[in-house]
Amino acid sequence: MKMKSKVDVAIIGGGIIGLYTAYELAKRGVENIAVYEKWYIGSGSTFRCGSGIRQQFGDETNIRMMKRSVEKWVAFPEEMEFPKFKFAQTGYLFLLYDEKEVKTFTRNVQLQNSFGIPSRIITPEEAKEIVPGLDISEVIAASFNHTDGKANPFLAVYGLARKLRRMGVEINEYTKVDDIVVKDSQVEGVKTSKGFVKADMVLNAANAWAKILNEKLGINIPIEPYKHQGIVTEPFKLGEIKPMVVSFKYGGAYLTQKANGGLIGGIALKYGPTWDLTPTYEFLREVSKNFTRIIPALKYVSIIRQWGGYYAETPDHNAAIGKIREIEGYYIAAGFSGHGFMLAPAVAEGMADLMTKGHTSLPFDFYDPYRFERGELREQAVQMG
Amino acid sequence: MTDKSKVIICRCNDVTQKDIEDLIDQGITDIELIKRITHIGMGPCQGRTCVPLVAAIIARKTGKSYDEIGIPATRIPVRPVPLAVLVGDEDEE
Repeated sequence: MKMKSKVDVAIIGGGIIGLYTAYELAKRGVENIAVYEKWYIGSGSTFRCGSGIRQQFGDETNIRMMKRSVEKWVAFPEEMEFPKFKFAQTGYLFLLYDEKEVKTFTRNVQLQNSFGIPSRIITPEEAKEIVPGLDISEVIAASFNHTDGKANPFLAVYGLARKLRRMGVEINEYTKVDDIVVKDSQVEGVKTSKGFVKADMVLNAANAWAKILNEKLGINIPIEPYKHQGIVTEPFKLGEIKPMVVSFKYGGAYLTQKANGGLIGGIALKYGPTWDLTPTYEFLREVSKNFTRIIPALKYVSIIRQWGGYYAETPDHNAAIGKIREIEGYYIAAGFSGHGFMLAPAVAEGMADLMTKGHTSLPFDFYDPYRFERGELREQAVQMG
Repeated sequence: MTDKSKVIICRCNDVTQKDIEDLIDQGITDIELIKRITHIGMGPCQGRTCVPLVAAIIARKTGKSYDEIGIPATRIPVRPVPLAVLVGDEDEE
């Protein structure tokens, strides 16, 4: 099938953000939508992510955005006609080791509760009931929310792509966008490895790569690629580690058991900015050291895979989302700093409203791409891994 | 005829010939996506058994050459390593 040479909306990046926004636009009646992905769908950051979905943030905006995302993740199987996808609401369990941590998380829980998120501070014994293998000898409390959870990013992307094709959205894989073409401060289209495509609107959803295209247009939004890594272990008895367990004391670690019984997780050790994604032995050793302090029995489990992926980081670890003022028809949703997968449904909904109606009821001002040049950094989003 | 739902292609993650062929019939012929949807090549054997078999099924059903199909990334560790071994190494330093 030949690629269209003219579209209404061209979306750069076939990850969860680009695909989900394509879906929300199609749902709003936009007819000619095309997605351009330089490799295969999901290959940039979505397929490398840690699979977590949580509402336990420390600021109002991310809490509200994630509350909406969780509602949408719950509805995903029905909405996408894809029952194979499951958002497992197995919770997020933050282990707390000192009074300062407890104070911060107590404040966060109060804020979360004010938006209807049922998070709560629990005792170490209650935490151990949820995850029996925990070493709670140093834990003094924990923050738990049972409506957080995890989902398989592979199935999310596959389910979305299947739905998009049924809706007539064009998904072009192995098609790289080299330039965004602008004429008289108005988007004219995109120059791809398979030719020029005329477009009325362009969304830059290239996350780690977003800056490359922006710089060619003289737009400076600080998004840098940092190498983070993850591991997966061989499967073990299901139900042993239901929630995503997080420990800032031990490496900024996050770990949980996947649907097939294997453990997935990572720590905060990062490298960069760099485009190199080679897995490091230092990470493998550090991840083992920290994971076995959190759950000692993991020392009997074998690691089977280790990989690298980018956190496309901004200075305050919050994404740049919105309209680019200098160029009519140009929008950006990138720099998710490790939270793109979980935030995608709400971001897509807001972005589709912004592109079709010019405004959204979601709190997009917080993610204003121009806050950096104004020197208005947000409080750093709670980030691990 | 062999029952393709009984022919195991990936022993680590229990994927059958039917699972693979059903995806190809849906138009999913990229080994990278077949890998992510079925988890072939992602188990303890690191794809030693399943990847060549899946590539052969794709080649037969689509006419693609092995060069076009390609081989998904192999990840370290090459063989499964218990966390205790890695922690022990740390203690020796």
